[in-house]
Amino acid sequence: MRVMVMVKATADSERGVMPSPELLAAMGRFNEELARAGVLLAGEGLKRSALGCRVRFSGSHRTVVDGPFAEAKELVAGFWLWQVKSLQEAVEWVRKCPNPFPTDCEIEIRPVFEAEDFAPASTDPAARASAG
Amino acid sequence: MTEDAIHRTVEAVWRMESAKLIAMLARMLRDVGEAEELAQDALVAALEQWRANGVPERPGAWLMTTARHRAFDRLRRRRVGERVGEQLAHHVEAHGDPGGDPAAALDEPIADDLLRLMFVACHPVLGTEARVALTLRLLGGLTTAEIARAFLTTEAAIAQRIVRAKRTLAEARVPFETPRTEELDARLASVLEVLYLIFNEGYAATSGPDWMRPALCEEALRLGRMLAELIPSEPEVHGLVALMELQASRAAARLGPGGEPVLLLEQDRARWDRLLIGRGLAALARAEARGEALGPYALQAAIAACHARAAVASDTDWARIAALYDALVQLAPSPVVELNRAVAVSMAFGAAEALGLVDALAGDPRLAGYHLLPAVRGELLQRLGRAGEARAEFERAAALTRNERERALLRGRATGCDGGD
Repeated sequence: MRVMVMVKATADSERGVMPSPELLAAMGRFNEELARAGVLLAGEGLKRSALGCRVRFSGSHRTVVDGPFAEAKELVAGFWLWQVKSLQEAVEWVRKCPNPFPTDCEIEIRPVFEAEDFAPASTDPAARASAG
Repeated sequence: MTEDAIHRTVEAVWRMESAKLIAMLARMLRDVGEAEELAQDALVAALEQWRANGVPERPGAWLMTTARHRAFDRLRRRRVGERVGEQLAHHVEAHGDPGGDPAAALDEPIADDLLRLMFVACHPVLGTEARVALTLRLLGGLTTAEIARAFLTTEAAIAQRIVRAKRTLAEARVPFETPRTEELDARLASVLEVLYLIFNEGYAATSGPDWMRPALCEEALRLGRMLAELIPSEPEVHGLVALMELQASRAAARLGPGGEPVLLLEQDRARWDRLLIGRGLAALARAEARGEALGPYALQAAIAACHARAAVASDTDWARIAALYDALVQLAPSPVVELNRAVAVSMAFGAAEALGLVDALAGDPRLAGYHLLPAVRGELLQRLGRAGEARAEFERAAALTRNERERALLRGRATGCDGGD
């Protein structure tokens, strides 16, 4: 299975505080370990939300809202895509991850939809018709 | 923590750590069979301990330390005089005290150990089936039951295959070493062959109703990616990884709604996995980076890349594919490759030109019974408007294939010829 692993933002990361060289080095080693285990598919760190924006949808309207956004712990500061055998394996990998911030923080793991998840829908003529 | 949760944790940790564990133990004990046995012992100890005291903060490190202590015990018990003592001293010197942090102290040697384990599991002294089973077991961390299920055989058969393989390795005194430079190419070819076999076993089942066994594909890809990190200087490793990434990128598009196979040119390219395509093209670039002539895996990957780069089927650069097949025929001559080259020629230069190439293959005894020969010939004849002959070829192909879904597809094509008659 494929999972997205999201490092949630903190007040510091939202202020644009850069990680220490030690943390960067530790993260580099962790990434190497992930790659060497054949687990790492992709991953990036994200700049603070002040540099981003949101596009809000309401019916046919689209409204652009510039960052920053409140609720740092609901924001994403970085992500990986991993190929693992089970959610539990992802949990064990996350436990090995260096603590990404000096303050308390969270890493969230979410399974990615796979082709099989859509298989029943595609054999259902009604679902197919509504899908276009 | 519930019993169930502990089990899941142990299973996950085993999957992550078992190869490293076995590799480290094999270096210490110089015996792959014994190493696996000790690794299993450590796992059993983990299950007991963690049930009683909870899962430790760093379960992987716990397993490594426990296994290493047991290996030291065993080495001590062997007591064959000075030599073991020296060996022991050497281990402590090289890798730190066994009580220290194994993860940190062993990081680099572990990479070397894993590579050695891969070479040993794929040693040419073993038959192909044994190499495949041993690789999945020692490096993939798969259980005997899982391997048996993947290869549609019994657990007992796989268990016996693995026991025999380990015995063969011990009897042949296969050293736990990376091959010397002069044998490296041949030994690496053996490793790549095993990985690609595992991949293909998952990608297209040769018999039965099960068209794909994704777990095997994923495992082969994982091991390939791992190998590419362990031995990045070898272009063919990147070639194989590129080939597997690109083929896997099409997995979701290969089946229709009823589970029937969809041919490459008819696939919905929106369902191709862009992430895997990107990884495949990047791996191919690494294979090409040295500027040397491409090996057979990299050539096949380059062909797959031509398809991946085409946004729609009609954009495919068939002339380039035909040229790549020319190179592949030179490097790895095989009638199957020549048949594929004929298909590329038909797309690039027309069915008439390709039919001559296919007819030249018709008498090849190596293709007798190969369903794709009549399937391709049927396709070319159909395009040339020779519907009656085409139908006969599709029917022949349907009778030859062992895959039920493919048979249905070919029968459908035979029936489809009737309209054009």
